[in-house]
Amino acid sequence: MDAKRVETISARVDAAVSSSDSVEDELELSAVRHRPEGLEQLEAQTRFSRKELQILYRGFKNECPSGVVNEETFKDIYSQFFPQGDASTYAHFLFNAFDTDHNGSVSFEDFVMGLSILLRGTVQEKLNWAFNLYDINKDGYITKEEMLDIMKAIYDMMGKCTYPVLKEETPRQHVEVFFQKMDKNKDGVVTIDEFIDCCQNDENIMRSMHLFENVL
Amino acid sequence: MAAGVAAWLPFARAAAIGWMPVANLPMPVAPTEKNKRQDELIILNVSGRRFQTWRNTLDRYPDTLLGSSEKEFFYNEETKEYFFDRDPDVFRSVLNFYRTGKLHYPRYECISSYDEELAFFGIVPEIIGDCCYEEYKDRKRENAERLMDDQEDNKDAKLPNMTFRETMWRAFENPHTSTMALVFYYVTGFFIAVSVITNVVETVPCGSAPNQKEVPCGERYTVAFFCMDTACVMIFTVEYLMRLFAAPSRYRFMRSVMSIIDVVAILPYYIGLVMTDNEDVSGAFVTLRVFRVFRIFKFSRHSQGLRILGYTLKSCASELGFLLFSLTMAIIIFATVMFYAEKGSSSSKFTSIPASFWYTIVTMTTLGYGDMVPKTIAGKIFGSICSLSGVLVIALPVPVIVSNFSRIYHQNQRADKRRAQKKARLARIRISKTGSSSAFLHSKRNGLFNEALELTNSTEDEQRLSKSTSLLESQHHHLLHCLEKTTVSTHILQLYIFLLFLTNHEFVDEQYYQQSYLEAGLQNYPSRSPSLSSQDGVTGTCCTRRSKKHHTPLPNASAPAHMQPLTHTHTHPQGLQELSTIHIQPLSTSRSSLNMRVDEPAPLNCQSSQITTAIISIPTPPVTTPEGDAHLPAGPTHQNVVKVSAL
Repeated sequence: MDAKRVETISARVDAAVSSSDSVEDELELSAVRHRPEGLEQLEAQTRFSRKELQILYRGFKNECPSGVVNEETFKDIYSQFFPQGDASTYAHFLFNAFDTDHNGSVSFEDFVMGLSILLRGTVQEKLNWAFNLYDINKDGYITKEEMLDIMKAIYDMMGKCTYPVLKEETPRQHVEVFFQKMDKNKDGVVTIDEFIDCCQNDENIMRSMHLFENVL
Repeated sequence: MAAGVAAWLPFARAAAIGWMPVANLPMPVAPTEKNKRQDELIILNVSGRRFQTWRNTLDRYPDTLLGSSEKEFFYNEETKEYFFDRDPDVFRSVLNFYRTGKLHYPRYECISSYDEELAFFGIVPEIIGDCCYEEYKDRKRENAERLMDDQEDNKDAKLPNMTFRETMWRAFENPHTSTMALVFYYVTGFFIAVSVITNVVETVPCGSAPNQKEVPCGERYTVAFFCMDTACVMIFTVEYLMRLFAAPSRYRFMRSVMSIIDVVAILPYYIGLVMTDNEDVSGAFVTLRVFRVFRIFKFSRHSQGLRILGYTLKSCASELGFLLFSLTMAIIIFATVMFYAEKGSSSSKFTSIPASFWYTIVTMTTLGYGDMVPKTIAGKIFGSICSLSGVLVIALPVPVIVSNFSRIYHQNQRADKRRAQKKARLARIRISKTGSSSAFLHSKRNGLFNEALELTNSTEDEQRLSKSTSLLESQHHHLLHCLEKTTVSTHILQLYIFLLFLTNHEFVDEQYYQQSYLEAGLQNYPSRSPSLSSQDGVTGTCCTRRSKKHHTPLPNASAPAHMQPLTHTHTHPQGLQELSTIHIQPLSTSRSSLNMRVDEPAPLNCQSSQITTAIISIPTPPVTTPEGDAHLPAGPTHQNVVKVSAL
């Protein structure tokens, strides 16, 4: 990201004067402008054509004129798509999955690279991405707690009004099923290889990987 | 779904891959996009200003005009663009809505034109963004109030059939409608003043006998005051009962503030009548007299300013409440402080906290009677703080109340101004309307004249008709003409033109209608001038004699007129055989052509099967002078009416 240029438009304030007000921080963040790398570079790095990148960027820039998306926007968007439940936890995990350099904001490059994997990547890459999503602390292992968090986040999105009614143990049971399937050596964690192996042997999962290919 | 969110949908769908490994069940099939087009630019031409946008942008809101197939109706094949004959400035906001998902209301825009544009493009105003919504709602409310005001004024218009009760109620509510109401209004006002002054003077000490102490006038001239009081109460009672009788909704009237004031004003008297016998309760009776002062509130019917003040206080209830509350808080605090500060000093008047309330109130409102004064230094310090803070606390809510009052007062001023201007406006509108209707009648004449011209190949006056009506007007006139023809009875023979008048439905001037309505009963037979027997007596001389006010109801059945110039009325007695000939009388305003044609009652070829029998016009007095030959009356200035009564 060395080509990333960040311009702060807000005036420089003395360190003594500048308080830790969140308002001022917000102002600083909103004044940050981000311009993405050139079109050619992005074309090389992702599997999108030039036209597709243009369309993607136009939509992206329209929604986020400052050039970056922050977590709040993510949560907003997801809560609009899933109004009946609480999508903020899942949005948080998703945000972390997209924010590959962990700087608190998703720039257009992060966005487009993520999309490139999801829409145009190989099955291997997609599974890799999913593993990355589940692995909250990015240590290479999915523990039961992490999985439980993810599962609860997903079930939260469903909301209260479901049929059959969701009970407290439903996410836990779902995690058990998942671990039963995935954890081959029963060591309580799922590694990336176990994960990919298991998924490649599962018909349903393989078929669903190709579901959203024609989204763009 | 908002535009912004719709743009994120592909992303959300892609990210759904994150659920796949966790899912137990197979996923449903994804919907395919049929005939997915490449996004293209479309051109929206709004009154000449070209806007361009992506088609997808417009498709974000499929339930609006631009987002649906409705816009295809506006597609212009030659220029390959969508043309809308609307306001381009408002369209800017509309298009920005598609682009950003937020609808803004520009302040300089008229609220009703904006609403119309939104309605045209199928956008609900409720989605106006928060930044502009308040402004929009305020303007809309103002507009609605203004319309309501105007409508209320219309209610003043006297309806032809109002019952006695309704008339009375209107007289009460609006004293300017009739003289009686005005008289009543002033009389009641006078009596209210008399009653109040009586109450006041009653307590003034009049002269005293040397051995007695001074007595108030009330006790000296008891009888006189009692009679005065009785008279006033009589008047008030009668007024109240009359209002009660006339009120359209008695229950609502009885609950209204003014009627409660009325009741409270007269009740003490009656209670006093009942109670004077009993000495024990006379004390309470004296207290009741205090309520007589409420009569002064009856003045609010007479004074608009008073009503505005009352309304302002009502609308500022929350500010007043806040003022009261903060004052109470401050009073309690300072009273406590002063009490404890002055506790030490001897012979202090601050005997208790409630006793200190009086000092605090007097100090905070900067009255400073001086009957209670702090003596200790601490007391003086706190006393000064108290007076300073009093000034602040009172000064804060007052501007709010003042601004409220000012707003309401100005609104009222504006309403009055509008009402005054309204009469002039309506008069002007009416003139222009009659212009258009007389244009129709005028063109009718011209139209028939035109046909006659065509038939006789006369080109003499063709150029006169070059002030021809536009295509729109002529089509409109044709439509009105068709309506006339539809409603005119098609009987050929009618014996009484009087009945003829009543059964024909013609467009006539309003003035004429009213006149003829009134006078239809009055005038039956205009005298037939002997000169009428000559058919060529159409020249000015014969007719000016009777040109003043002759009306259609000429029951002389055998006297259909041939043709008349505009300014006269006369009928030509004709034999019945004439009636059977179907011919049309050309209307002509030019005397020369009349003279040309007067000898030829020959049947003219025409499509209509009606006879125009009497062409009557009611001239307004200034115009009765016979006009020159080539005079073509201008529509609006001519108050004359041409009534074509046909058989």
